[in-house]
Amino acid sequence: MIGSRQRFTPLQRLLHWLMAICILTMLFIGVGMVSTIMPKYLPLVAIHKSLGIAILVLALIRLAVRLRYGAPALPADLPEPMKLAAYLSHYALYALMIGMPLIGWAMLSAAAYPVVVFGGVYLPAILPQSDSLHTWLWDAHFYLAFAFFGLVLMHVAAALFHALVRRDGVFEAMASVSTHDEVAPAE
Amino acid sequence: MPEPHRPVLGSLALIAVVIGAGAAVFAYTAGWFSPQRLTPTRLVDALAPAAGPSLGHRRNHAKGICFTGAFEANGAGSELSKAQVFARGQYPVLGRFNLATADANAPDATVRVHGLGIRIATPDGQEWRSAMIDAPVFAVSTPQGFYELLLASASKDPNAMKKFVAAHPEFAAFGDWAKNAPWTDSYAEDRFNSLNSFVFVDNAGAERVVRWSLLPAAQLVSISPDDLAKRGPDYLEQEIAQRVASAPQHWAMVVTIANLGDPTADPSKAWPQDRRTVEVGTLVVQKIEAERDGPCRDINFDPTVLPTGIRTSDDPFPAARSAAYMKSYDLRTSEAKDYPRTATGAKP
Repeated sequence: MIGSRQRFTPLQRLLHWLMAICILTMLFIGVGMVSTIMPKYLPLVAIHKSLGIAILVLALIRLAVRLRYGAPALPADLPEPMKLAAYLSHYALYALMIGMPLIGWAMLSAAAYPVVVFGGVYLPAILPQSDSLHTWLWDAHFYLAFAFFGLVLMHVAAALFHALVRRDGVFEAMASVSTHDEVAPAE
Repeated sequence: MPEPHRPVLGSLALIAVVIGAGAAVFAYTAGWFSPQRLTPTRLVDALAPAAGPSLGHRRNHAKGICFTGAFEANGAGSELSKAQVFARGQYPVLGRFNLATADANAPDATVRVHGLGIRIATPDGQEWRSAMIDAPVFAVSTPQGFYELLLASASKDPNAMKKFVAAHPEFAAFGDWAKNAPWTDSYAEDRFNSLNSFVFVDNAGAERVVRWSLLPAAQLVSISPDDLAKRGPDYLEQEIAQRVASAPQHWAMVVTIANLGDPTADPSKAWPQDRRTVEVGTLVVQKIEAERDGPCRDINFDPTVLPTGIRTSDDPFPAARSAAYMKSYDLRTSEAKDYPRTATGAKP
Protein backbone atom coordinates (compact mmCIF):
# COMPACT_ATOMS: atom_id res chain seq x y z
CA MET A 1 0.00 0.00 0.00
CA ILE A 2 1.38 3.39 -0.89
CA GLY A 3 2.09 5.64 2.06
CA SER A 4 1.01 3.10 4.67
CA ARG A 5 1.76 4.08 8.23
CA GLN A 6 4.71 2.57 10.04
CA ARG A 7 3.40 3.63 13.43
CA PHE A 8 0.05 3.84 15.13
CA THR A 9 -1.44 7.32 15.20
CA PRO A 10 -0.61 9.42 18.29
CA LEU A 11 -4.22 9.04 19.46
CA GLN A 12 -3.96 5.26 19.18
CA ARG A 13 -0.68 5.23 21.07
CA LEU A 14 -2.14 7.45 23.79
CA LEU A 15 -5.20 5.21 24.14
CA HIS A 16 -3.03 2.09 24.19
CA TRP A 17 -0.76 3.22 27.02
CA LEU A 18 -3.56 4.82 29.03
CA MET A 19 -5.56 1.62 28.79
CA ALA A 20 -2.52 -0.50 29.56
CA ILE A 21 -2.26 1.28 32.92
CA CYS A 22 -6.02 1.04 33.52
CA ILE A 23 -6.23 -2.67 32.65
CA LEU A 24 -3.22 -3.72 34.70
CA THR A 25 -4.55 -1.71 37.65
CA MET A 26 -7.94 -3.28 37.13
CA LEU A 27 -6.65 -6.85 37.09
CA PHE A 28 -4.54 -6.34 40.20
CA ILE A 29 -7.38 -4.63 42.08
CA GLY A 30 -9.68 -7.46 41.01
CA VAL A 31 -7.62 -10.29 42.44
CA GLY A 32 -6.63 -8.18 45.44
CA MET A 33 -10.11 -7.10 46.47
CA VAL A 34 -11.60 -10.61 46.44
CA SER A 35 -8.85 -11.81 48.78
CA THR A 36 -9.30 -9.29 51.60
CA ILE A 37 -11.86 -8.38 54.25
CA MET A 38 -9.92 -5.28 55.37
CA PRO A 39 -11.47 -1.79 55.17
CA LYS A 40 -9.62 -1.25 51.86
CA TYR A 41 -12.05 -3.79 50.35
CA LEU A 42 -14.71 -1.11 49.89
CA PRO A 43 -12.61 1.52 48.07
CA LEU A 44 -11.04 -1.23 45.95
CA VAL A 45 -14.47 -2.46 44.84
CA ALA A 46 -15.59 1.12 44.16
CA ILE A 47 -12.50 1.80 42.02
CA HIS A 48 -12.94 -1.55 40.26
CA LYS A 49 -16.46 -0.63 39.14
CA SER A 50 -15.62 2.92 38.06
CA LEU A 51 -12.44 1.88 36.30
CA GLY A 52 -14.34 -0.90 34.55
CA ILE A 53 -16.80 1.56 33.08
CA ALA A 54 -13.92 3.88 32.12
CA ILE A 55 -12.22 0.99 30.33
CA LEU A 56 -15.45 0.11 28.53
CA VAL A 57 -15.79 3.68 27.22
CA LEU A 58 -12.11 3.90 26.27
CA ALA A 59 -12.26 0.51 24.54
CA LEU A 60 -15.24 1.56 22.44
CA ILE A 61 -13.46 4.78 21.44
CA ARG A 62 -10.35 2.78 20.69
CA LEU A 63 -12.26 0.31 18.54
CA ALA A 64 -13.76 3.17 16.53
CA VAL A 65 -10.34 4.77 16.10
CA ARG A 66 -8.88 1.43 15.04
CA LEU A 67 -11.61 0.90 12.46
CA ARG A 68 -10.99 4.40 11.15
CA TYR A 69 -7.17 4.43 11.07
CA GLY A 70 -6.27 0.74 10.97
CA ALA A 71 -2.90 -0.55 12.06
CA PRO A 72 0.57 -0.61 10.52
CA ALA A 73 1.19 -3.77 8.52
CA LEU A 74 3.18 -6.48 10.26
CA PRO A 75 6.68 -7.06 8.86
CA ALA A 76 6.51 -9.09 5.66
CA ASP A 77 9.10 -11.54 6.97
CA LEU A 78 7.17 -12.34 10.16
CA PRO A 79 6.48 -16.11 10.19
CA GLU A 80 2.86 -17.00 9.49
CA PRO A 81 2.20 -18.62 12.91
CA MET A 82 3.35 -15.41 14.62
CA LYS A 83 1.15 -13.31 12.36
CA LEU A 84 -1.81 -15.53 13.19
CA ALA A 85 -1.04 -15.29 16.91
CA ALA A 86 -0.83 -11.52 16.61
CA TYR A 87 -4.22 -11.26 14.88
CA LEU A 88 -5.99 -13.68 17.19
CA SER A 89 -4.57 -12.23 20.39
CA HIS A 90 -5.63 -8.73 19.37
CA TYR A 91 -9.17 -9.87 18.63
CA ALA A 92 -9.19 -11.52 22.06
CA LEU A 93 -7.83 -8.40 23.78
CA TYR A 94 -10.51 -6.20 22.21
CA ALA A 95 -13.20 -8.75 23.11
CA LEU A 96 -12.03 -8.79 26.73
CA MET A 97 -11.63 -5.01 27.01
CA ILE A 98 -15.24 -4.59 25.96
CA GLY A 99 -16.63 -7.85 27.33
CA MET A 100 -15.26 -7.86 30.87
CA PRO A 101 -16.85 -4.56 31.98
CA LEU A 102 -20.15 -5.64 30.42
CA ILE A 103 -19.99 -9.03 32.16
CA GLY A 104 -19.24 -7.31 35.48
CA TRP A 105 -22.09 -4.85 35.03
CA ALA A 106 -24.47 -7.65 34.00
CA MET A 107 -23.35 -9.78 36.96
CA LEU A 108 -24.17 -7.01 39.43
CA SER A 109 -27.49 -6.45 37.67
CA ALA A 110 -28.40 -10.15 37.91
CA ALA A 111 -27.70 -10.00 41.66
CA ALA A 112 -29.91 -6.89 42.11
CA TYR A 113 -27.05 -4.78 43.44
CA PRO A 114 -27.24 -1.09 42.69
CA VAL A 115 -24.46 -0.32 40.19
CA VAL A 116 -22.85 2.90 41.42
CA VAL A 117 -19.77 4.36 39.75
CA PHE A 118 -17.69 7.53 40.09
CA GLY A 119 -18.97 8.13 43.61
CA GLY A 120 -22.67 8.48 42.86
CA VAL A 121 -23.62 7.78 39.25
CA TYR A 122 -26.32 5.09 39.22
CA LEU A 123 -26.21 2.85 36.16
CA PRO A 124 -29.35 0.99 35.12
CA ALA A 125 -29.58 -2.78 35.47
CA ILE A 126 -28.82 -4.45 32.12
CA LEU A 127 -30.21 -7.83 33.14
CA PRO A 128 -33.13 -8.98 35.29
CA GLN A 129 -32.39 -10.57 38.64
CA SER A 130 -31.47 -14.23 38.19
CA ASP A 131 -29.39 -16.60 40.30
CA SER A 132 -28.47 -18.78 37.31
CA LEU A 133 -27.39 -15.81 35.17
CA HIS A 134 -25.45 -14.41 38.12
CA THR A 135 -23.59 -17.68 38.57
CA TRP A 136 -22.79 -17.96 34.88
CA LEU A 137 -21.57 -14.36 34.68
CA TRP A 138 -19.59 -14.62 37.92
CA ASP A 139 -17.74 -17.67 36.61
CA ALA A 140 -17.12 -15.92 33.28
CA HIS A 141 -15.83 -12.77 34.99
CA PHE A 142 -13.55 -14.79 37.27
CA TYR A 143 -12.00 -17.13 34.72
CA LEU A 144 -11.76 -14.58 31.93
CA ALA A 145 -9.87 -12.27 34.29
CA PHE A 146 -7.09 -14.83 34.54
CA ALA A 147 -7.23 -15.43 30.80
CA PHE A 148 -6.99 -11.65 30.32
CA PHE A 149 -3.95 -11.41 32.55
CA GLY A 150 -2.33 -14.35 30.76
CA LEU A 151 -3.00 -12.66 27.44
CA VAL A 152 -1.49 -9.40 28.71
CA LEU A 153 1.64 -11.29 29.76
CA MET A 154 1.88 -12.92 26.32
CA HIS A 155 1.35 -9.51 24.72
CA VAL A 156 4.18 -8.03 26.78
CA ALA A 157 6.44 -11.00 25.96
CA ALA A 158 5.70 -10.62 22.26
CA ALA A 159 6.29 -6.87 22.37
CA LEU A 160 9.66 -7.38 24.06
CA PHE A 161 10.50 -10.13 21.57
CA HIS A 162 9.89 -7.67 18.72
CA ALA A 163 11.85 -4.96 20.52
CA LEU A 164 14.85 -6.95 21.71
CA VAL A 165 15.17 -9.99 19.49
CA ARG A 166 13.60 -9.29 16.10
CA ARG A 167 14.11 -5.49 16.21
CA ASP A 168 11.61 -5.25 13.38
CA GLY A 169 9.87 -1.96 14.25
CA VAL A 170 6.68 -3.57 15.59
CA PHE A 171 7.43 -2.41 19.14
CA GLU A 172 8.28 1.10 17.99
CA ALA A 173 5.00 1.28 16.08
CA MET A 174 3.27 1.56 19.47
CA ALA A 175 6.09 2.64 21.79
CA SER A 176 7.29 5.72 19.94
CA VAL A 177 6.49 9.04 21.57
CA SER A 178 7.02 10.99 18.35
CA THR A 179 3.96 12.80 17.09
CA HIS A 180 5.29 13.21 13.55
CA ASP A 181 3.36 11.43 10.89
CA GLU A 182 5.43 8.44 10.06
CA VAL A 183 4.79 7.50 6.49
CA ALA A 184 6.70 4.87 4.63
CA PRO A 185 8.30 6.13 1.47
CA ALA A 186 6.20 5.48 -1.58
CA GLU A 187 7.38 2.46 -3.45
CA MET B 1 26.08 -9.90 12.22
CA PRO B 2 28.69 -10.67 14.86
CA GLU B 3 27.74 -13.16 17.56
CA PRO B 4 23.94 -12.95 17.42
CA HIS B 5 23.40 -15.79 19.89
CA ARG B 6 24.46 -14.28 23.18
CA PRO B 7 22.44 -11.07 22.93
CA VAL B 8 19.41 -13.13 21.83
CA LEU B 9 19.74 -15.49 24.76
CA GLY B 10 20.17 -12.53 27.11
CA SER B 11 17.06 -10.88 25.65
CA LEU B 12 15.02 -14.04 26.00
CA ALA B 13 16.16 -14.38 29.60
CA LEU B 14 15.16 -10.77 30.26
CA ILE B 15 11.72 -11.38 28.77
CA ALA B 16 11.31 -14.49 30.92
CA VAL B 17 12.24 -12.52 34.03
CA VAL B 18 9.79 -9.70 33.24
CA ILE B 19 6.91 -12.12 32.61
CA GLY B 20 7.77 -14.28 35.61
CA ALA B 21 7.96 -11.27 37.91
CA GLY B 22 4.62 -9.98 36.61
CA ALA B 23 2.95 -13.32 37.25
CA ALA B 24 4.51 -13.55 40.72
CA VAL B 25 3.31 -10.09 41.77
CA PHE B 26 -0.16 -10.97 40.50
CA ALA B 27 -0.19 -14.21 42.48
CA TYR B 28 1.01 -12.35 45.57
CA THR B 29 -1.77 -9.78 45.18
CA ALA B 30 -4.27 -12.61 44.90
CA GLY B 31 -3.01 -13.95 48.24
CA TRP B 32 -1.63 -17.22 46.86
CA PHE B 33 1.58 -16.77 48.84
CA SER B 34 -0.24 -15.63 52.00
CA PRO B 35 -1.93 -18.59 53.69
CA GLN B 36 -2.41 -16.45 56.81
CA ARG B 37 -4.37 -13.69 55.05
CA LEU B 38 -7.97 -13.60 56.29
CA THR B 39 -9.81 -13.83 52.99
CA PRO B 40 -13.59 -13.80 52.49
CA THR B 41 -13.31 -17.49 51.59
CA ARG B 42 -11.56 -18.38 54.85
CA LEU B 43 -14.04 -16.38 56.91
CA VAL B 44 -17.03 -17.94 55.15
CA ASP B 45 -15.54 -21.44 55.39
CA ALA B 46 -15.08 -20.96 59.14
CA LEU B 47 -18.83 -20.33 59.49
CA ALA B 48 -19.69 -23.81 58.22
CA PRO B 49 -20.96 -26.31 60.79
CA ALA B 50 -19.12 -29.61 61.21
CA ALA B 51 -21.61 -31.30 58.89
CA GLY B 52 -20.90 -28.77 56.16
CA PRO B 53 -22.71 -25.64 55.00
CA SER B 54 -26.42 -25.50 54.16
CA LEU B 55 -26.07 -25.51 50.38
CA GLY B 56 -28.08 -22.87 48.58
CA HIS B 57 -28.52 -20.88 51.79
CA ARG B 58 -26.76 -17.90 53.35
CA ARG B 59 -23.58 -19.06 55.04
CA ASN B 60 -24.64 -17.37 58.26
CA HIS B 61 -28.12 -16.32 59.37
CA ALA B 62 -29.10 -19.24 57.15
CA LYS B 63 -32.61 -19.73 58.51
CA GLY B 64 -35.03 -16.96 57.69
CA ILE B 65 -38.31 -15.76 56.27
CA CYS B 66 -39.09 -12.88 53.90
CA PHE B 67 -41.24 -9.86 54.57
CA THR B 68 -42.38 -6.82 52.65
CA GLY B 69 -43.71 -3.57 53.98
CA ALA B 70 -42.89 0.10 54.17
CA PHE B 71 -40.64 2.55 55.92
CA GLU B 72 -42.65 5.58 56.98
CA ALA B 73 -40.18 8.42 57.42
CA ASN B 74 -41.37 11.17 59.74
CA GLY B 75 -38.92 13.73 58.31
CA ALA B 76 -36.91 14.14 61.51
CA GLY B 77 -33.90 12.32 59.99
CA SER B 78 -33.46 14.97 57.31
CA GLU B 79 -31.70 17.11 59.86
CA LEU B 80 -29.02 14.39 60.14
CA SER B 81 -28.74 13.01 56.60
CA LYS B 82 -29.56 14.23 53.13
CA ALA B 83 -30.61 10.70 52.07
CA GLN B 84 -34.07 10.75 50.51
CA VAL B 85 -35.10 7.91 52.79
CA PHE B 86 -35.38 10.40 55.68
CA ALA B 87 -37.60 12.87 53.86
CA ARG B 88 -41.16 12.52 55.12
CA GLY B 89 -42.83 9.82 53.07
CA GLN B 90 -43.41 6.12 52.59
CA TYR B 91 -40.81 3.92 50.95
CA PRO B 92 -41.11 0.24 49.99
CA VAL B 93 -39.24 -2.26 52.11
CA LEU B 94 -38.05 -5.78 51.45
CA GLY B 95 -36.69 -7.65 54.43
CA ARG B 96 -35.94 -10.89 56.15
CA PHE B 97 -36.27 -12.12 59.72
CA ASN B 98 -33.56 -14.62 60.50
CA LEU B 99 -31.68 -16.68 63.02
CA ALA B 100 -27.93 -16.34 63.45
CA THR B 101 -27.02 -19.89 62.58
CA ALA B 102 -25.19 -21.49 59.68
CA ASP B 103 -27.70 -24.36 59.73
CA ALA B 104 -30.81 -23.58 57.68
CA ASN B 105 -32.70 -26.30 59.59
CA ALA B 106 -31.65 -25.38 63.11
CA PRO B 107 -34.53 -25.55 65.63
CA ASP B 108 -35.45 -22.05 66.80
CA ALA B 109 -34.67 -22.77 70.44
CA THR B 110 -31.04 -23.59 69.62
CA VAL B 111 -30.23 -20.14 68.24
CA ARG B 112 -29.56 -17.28 70.63
CA VAL B 113 -29.33 -14.34 68.22
CA HIS B 114 -32.17 -13.10 66.02
CA GLY B 115 -31.53 -10.89 63.01
CA LEU B 116 -33.30 -8.65 60.55
CA GLY B 117 -32.17 -7.72 57.05
CA ILE B 118 -33.80 -4.75 55.35
CA ARG B 119 -33.70 -2.98 52.00
CA ILE B 120 -35.43 0.39 51.69
CA ALA B 121 -35.80 1.76 48.15
CA THR B 122 -36.38 5.43 47.41
CA PRO B 123 -37.74 7.13 44.27
CA ASP B 124 -34.30 8.55 43.42
CA GLY B 125 -33.21 4.98 42.61
CA GLN B 126 -31.05 4.61 45.70
CA GLU B 127 -31.18 1.89 48.32
CA TRP B 128 -30.39 1.52 51.97
CA ARG B 129 -29.56 -2.02 53.00
CA SER B 130 -28.89 -3.01 56.56
CA ALA B 131 -28.58 -6.22 58.54
CA MET B 132 -29.15 -5.96 62.28
CA ILE B 133 -29.29 -8.29 65.27
CA ASP B 134 -31.07 -8.29 68.61
CA ALA B 135 -27.93 -8.29 70.76
CA PRO B 136 -27.15 -4.85 72.23
CA VAL B 137 -23.43 -5.19 71.47
CA PHE B 138 -21.43 -7.33 69.10
CA ALA B 139 -19.38 -10.25 70.44
CA VAL B 140 -15.95 -9.01 69.34
CA SER B 141 -14.11 -5.82 68.45
CA THR B 142 -12.63 -6.79 65.11
CA PRO B 143 -13.32 -9.07 62.13
CA GLN B 144 -10.17 -11.00 63.02
CA GLY B 145 -11.65 -11.51 66.51
CA PHE B 146 -14.85 -12.82 64.91
CA TYR B 147 -12.81 -15.32 62.90
CA GLU B 148 -11.08 -16.44 66.10
CA LEU B 149 -14.47 -16.82 67.78
CA LEU B 150 -15.61 -19.07 64.93
CA LEU B 151 -12.47 -21.18 65.19
CA ALA B 152 -12.82 -21.46 68.98
CA SER B 153 -16.51 -22.40 68.76
CA ALA B 154 -15.73 -25.15 66.27
CA SER B 155 -12.63 -26.38 68.07
CA LYS B 156 -12.45 -29.82 69.62
CA ASP B 157 -10.14 -28.45 72.31
CA PRO B 158 -12.33 -28.22 75.45
CA ASN B 159 -10.41 -25.13 76.55
CA ALA B 160 -10.70 -23.31 73.23
CA MET B 161 -13.55 -21.02 74.33
CA LYS B 162 -11.84 -20.28 77.64
CA LYS B 163 -8.69 -19.28 75.80
CA PHE B 164 -10.72 -17.18 73.38
CA VAL B 165 -12.52 -15.31 76.16
CA ALA B 166 -9.22 -14.69 77.94
CA ALA B 167 -7.77 -13.22 74.75
CA HIS B 168 -10.94 -11.21 74.01
CA PRO B 169 -12.14 -9.50 77.19
CA GLU B 170 -14.61 -7.49 75.10
CA PHE B 171 -16.62 -10.70 74.69
CA ALA B 172 -17.91 -10.37 78.29
CA ALA B 173 -20.68 -7.86 77.53
CA PHE B 174 -22.11 -9.99 74.72
CA GLY B 175 -21.64 -13.14 76.82
CA ASP B 176 -23.58 -11.54 79.67
CA TRP B 177 -26.43 -10.62 77.31
CA ALA B 178 -26.50 -14.11 75.77
CA LYS B 179 -26.66 -15.70 79.21
CA ASN B 180 -29.04 -13.38 81.01
CA ALA B 181 -31.24 -11.48 78.58
CA PRO B 182 -34.75 -12.85 78.11
CA TRP B 183 -35.54 -14.87 74.99
CA THR B 184 -38.51 -13.56 73.02
CA ASP B 185 -41.39 -15.64 71.70
CA SER B 186 -41.73 -13.57 68.51
CA TYR B 187 -39.63 -11.70 65.99
CA ALA B 188 -42.18 -8.91 66.44
CA GLU B 189 -40.91 -8.35 70.00
CA ASP B 190 -37.25 -8.10 69.10
CA ARG B 191 -35.27 -4.91 69.16
CA PHE B 192 -32.81 -4.95 66.25
CA ASN B 193 -29.57 -2.96 66.36
CA SER B 194 -27.15 -1.93 63.63
CA LEU B 195 -24.26 -2.28 66.12
CA ASN B 196 -21.90 -1.02 63.46
CA SER B 197 -21.51 2.72 63.24
CA PHE B 198 -22.02 4.70 60.05
CA VAL B 199 -21.64 8.35 59.10
CA PHE B 200 -24.67 10.49 58.33
CA VAL B 201 -23.99 13.47 56.07
CA ASP B 202 -26.48 16.33 56.15
CA ASN B 203 -27.34 18.87 53.47
CA ALA B 204 -24.63 21.24 54.66
CA GLY B 205 -22.04 18.47 54.49
CA ALA B 206 -21.79 18.11 58.28
CA GLU B 207 -21.04 14.58 59.41
CA ARG B 208 -22.22 12.67 62.45
CA VAL B 209 -21.32 9.14 63.45
CA VAL B 210 -24.43 7.16 64.29
CA ARG B 211 -25.84 3.74 65.06
CA TRP B 212 -29.47 2.84 64.61
CA SER B 213 -32.01 0.50 66.13
CA LEU B 214 -35.51 -0.77 65.41
CA LEU B 215 -37.64 -0.68 68.57
CA PRO B 216 -40.62 -3.04 68.52
CA ALA B 217 -44.13 -1.76 69.18
CA ALA B 218 -45.11 -5.24 70.39
CA GLN B 219 -44.77 -5.96 74.08
CA LEU B 220 -41.97 -8.34 75.00
CA VAL B 221 -43.13 -11.77 76.15
CA SER B 222 -40.16 -13.71 77.42
CA ILE B 223 -39.94 -17.44 77.03
CA SER B 224 -37.39 -19.98 78.17
CA PRO B 225 -35.50 -21.87 75.46
CA ASP B 226 -37.08 -25.07 76.79
CA ASP B 227 -40.59 -23.71 76.34
CA LEU B 228 -39.68 -22.34 72.91
CA ALA B 229 -38.43 -25.79 71.95
CA LYS B 230 -41.79 -27.30 72.93
CA ARG B 231 -43.57 -25.03 70.46
CA GLY B 232 -41.73 -26.66 67.58
CA PRO B 233 -38.53 -26.16 65.58
CA ASP B 234 -39.98 -23.49 63.25
CA TYR B 235 -42.30 -21.75 65.68
CA LEU B 236 -40.90 -18.26 65.13
CA GLU B 237 -41.63 -18.32 61.39
CA GLN B 238 -45.13 -19.70 61.89
CA GLU B 239 -45.82 -17.15 64.61
CA ILE B 240 -44.65 -14.09 62.67
CA ALA B 241 -46.61 -15.21 59.59
CA GLN B 242 -49.79 -15.49 61.66
CA ARG B 243 -49.19 -12.27 63.56
CA VAL B 244 -48.55 -10.20 60.45
CA ALA B 245 -51.50 -11.81 58.67
CA SER B 246 -53.77 -10.50 61.42
CA ALA B 247 -52.18 -7.03 61.68
CA PRO B 248 -49.13 -5.18 60.36
CA GLN B 249 -46.26 -5.05 62.85
CA HIS B 250 -44.36 -1.88 63.71
CA TRP B 251 -40.87 -0.88 64.79
CA ALA B 252 -39.68 2.67 65.49
CA MET B 253 -36.36 3.48 63.87
CA VAL B 254 -34.16 5.39 66.29
CA VAL B 255 -30.80 6.89 65.37
CA THR B 256 -28.23 7.39 68.14
CA ILE B 257 -25.57 10.05 67.60
CA ALA B 258 -22.06 9.51 68.95
CA ASN B 259 -20.20 12.12 70.92
CA LEU B 260 -16.61 12.88 70.04
CA GLY B 261 -14.45 10.13 71.52
CA ASP B 262 -17.15 7.45 71.62
CA PRO B 263 -15.94 4.02 70.43
CA THR B 264 -17.23 4.32 66.86
CA ALA B 265 -14.86 1.65 65.51
CA ASP B 266 -15.80 -1.02 68.05
CA PRO B 267 -19.29 -2.56 67.91
CA SER B 268 -18.59 -4.56 71.09
CA LYS B 269 -18.72 -1.30 73.07
CA ALA B 270 -22.05 0.34 73.81
CA TRP B 271 -22.18 4.13 73.77
CA PRO B 272 -23.22 5.92 76.97
CA GLN B 273 -26.98 5.92 77.62
CA ASP B 274 -27.33 9.72 77.48
CA ARG B 275 -26.39 10.06 73.83
CA ARG B 276 -28.82 12.02 71.72
CA THR B 277 -31.36 9.92 69.83
CA VAL B 278 -33.70 10.87 66.99
CA GLU B 279 -36.70 8.81 65.98
CA VAL B 280 -36.69 9.00 62.19
CA GLY B 281 -39.62 6.81 61.19
CA THR B 282 -41.47 3.53 61.47
CA LEU B 283 -40.89 0.17 59.85
CA VAL B 284 -44.21 -1.46 58.99
CA VAL B 285 -44.10 -5.17 58.19
CA GLN B 286 -47.17 -5.98 56.10
CA LYS B 287 -46.65 -9.36 54.50
CA ILE B 288 -44.68 -12.52 55.24
CA GLU B 289 -43.51 -14.91 52.54
CA ALA B 290 -41.52 -18.14 52.77
CA GLU B 291 -37.91 -17.66 51.78
CA ARG B 292 -37.79 -20.51 49.26
CA ASP B 293 -39.89 -18.60 46.72
CA GLY B 294 -39.78 -15.24 48.45
CA PRO B 295 -38.43 -11.90 47.26
CA CYS B 296 -35.66 -11.73 49.90
CA ARG B 297 -34.09 -15.02 48.85
CA ASP B 298 -31.61 -13.65 46.32
CA ILE B 299 -31.08 -10.28 47.97
CA ASN B 300 -27.76 -9.68 49.68
CA PHE B 301 -28.42 -7.46 52.70
CA ASP B 302 -24.94 -5.99 52.32
CA PRO B 303 -24.66 -3.24 54.95
CA THR B 304 -22.44 -1.15 52.67
CA VAL B 305 -25.20 -0.60 50.11
CA LEU B 306 -25.98 2.92 51.29
CA PRO B 307 -27.68 5.97 49.78
CA THR B 308 -25.92 9.29 49.33
CA GLY B 309 -26.05 10.83 52.81
CA ILE B 310 -24.94 7.67 54.63
CA ARG B 311 -21.44 6.24 54.40
CA THR B 312 -19.25 3.80 56.27
CA SER B 313 -17.31 4.97 59.33
CA ASP B 314 -14.03 3.83 60.91
CA ASP B 315 -15.85 0.66 62.04
CA PRO B 316 -13.99 -2.17 60.25
CA PHE B 317 -16.96 -4.55 60.21
CA PRO B 318 -19.12 -3.28 57.33
CA ALA B 319 -16.25 -3.80 54.85
CA ALA B 320 -15.55 -7.28 56.21
CA ARG B 321 -19.24 -8.14 56.19
CA SER B 322 -19.62 -6.86 52.63
CA ALA B 323 -16.71 -9.03 51.47
CA ALA B 324 -18.02 -12.11 53.29
CA TYR B 325 -21.68 -11.58 52.30
CA MET B 326 -20.60 -11.28 48.67
CA LYS B 327 -18.74 -14.59 48.92
CA SER B 328 -21.75 -16.20 50.58
CA TYR B 329 -24.02 -14.80 47.89
CA ASP B 330 -21.79 -16.08 45.07
CA LEU B 331 -21.76 -19.52 46.66
CA ARG B 332 -25.44 -19.86 47.45
CA THR B 333 -26.70 -18.54 44.11
CA SER B 334 -24.53 -21.17 42.41
CA GLU B 335 -26.15 -23.84 44.59
CA ALA B 336 -29.76 -22.99 43.77
CA LYS B 337 -30.38 -26.60 42.71
CA ASP B 338 -29.75 -27.64 46.34
CA TYR B 339 -32.51 -25.31 47.54
CA PRO B 340 -35.05 -25.69 44.75
CA ARG B 341 -37.91 -23.32 44.35
CA THR B 342 -41.31 -24.96 44.50
CA ALA B 343 -43.00 -25.60 41.17
CA THR B 344 -45.81 -23.13 41.82
CA GLY B 345 -43.55 -20.32 42.89
CA ALA B 346 -40.79 -20.96 40.37
CA LYS B 347 -39.55 -18.02 38.42
CA PRO B 348 -39.54 -18.44 34.65
